[in-house]
Amino acid sequence: MATQDEIKFLSNPNIGAKKKKYCRFKKFGLKYVDYKDDTFLIQFVNEQGKLLPRRLTGNSLKYQKRVATAVKRARHLAILPYMTDLLK
Amino acid sequence: MRNYEVTFIVDPVLSGDEVKSTVQTYKEMLTNEGAGIVNVEDMGLRQLAYPINKRSTGFYYCIEFAAEQVGFIGKMELALKRDERIMRYLTVALDKYGAKYNEDKRNGKIGKRPPVVKEKGNPYSAPVAVAAPKVIAAPEIIAEEE
Repeated sequence: MATQDEIKFLSNPNIGAKKKKYCRFKKFGLKYVDYKDDTFLIQFVNEQGKLLPRRLTGNSLKYQKRVATAVKRARHLAILPYMTDLLK
Repeated sequence: MRNYEVTFIVDPVLSGDEVKSTVQTYKEMLTNEGAGIVNVEDMGLRQLAYPINKRSTGFYYCIEFAAEQVGFIGKMELALKRDERIMRYLTVALDKYGAKYNEDKRNGKIGKRPPVVKEKGNPYSAPVAVAAPKVIAAPEIIAEEE
């Protein structure tokens, strides 16, 4: 049995805490988004092949724009689909 | 001097020699126009994400070249468009990071993705690393209860 001093919180305070989002390009020093790399670009689209918003990916504006261009180029070259179901 | 990159999809119905000769014509066209070919990447036969001209696969090729004057790119794109062996093409100007990325990729610094991602602490690999100690801890607890 835990003593009174050991009990600080009745519930786990980490539950429901929001994890801070970050731009992975800035964090890992990625400077170029390759439009031929389908496994990488698939992280930025949803199941239907639509681009995910910055709100969800956490990308900075600069790199979100580059991701968007890369995805659009990949779609033109049939590396990514324009629209689909169950992409992931 | 800037680097450019032209990616195109060759019809999969052609024989291996015909595909190679197609790529060779565009390589020659570029060298004749005074562009220096940096690299020709054969990405192989790939599945298309959606059918093009009733084909579901295609040979992907990517030619990187460096050029001072780029008036010939329009001419080359017209030739690619008129060529029935080519299903799709895309010409892109590379910035300095793009050129460096391609160079690193050629030297094998990029491409071995899974180990690199783990070292960098990619968010997708992080939960796996955190979960691992818990799995180890669980049998010990069970052992104490027994």
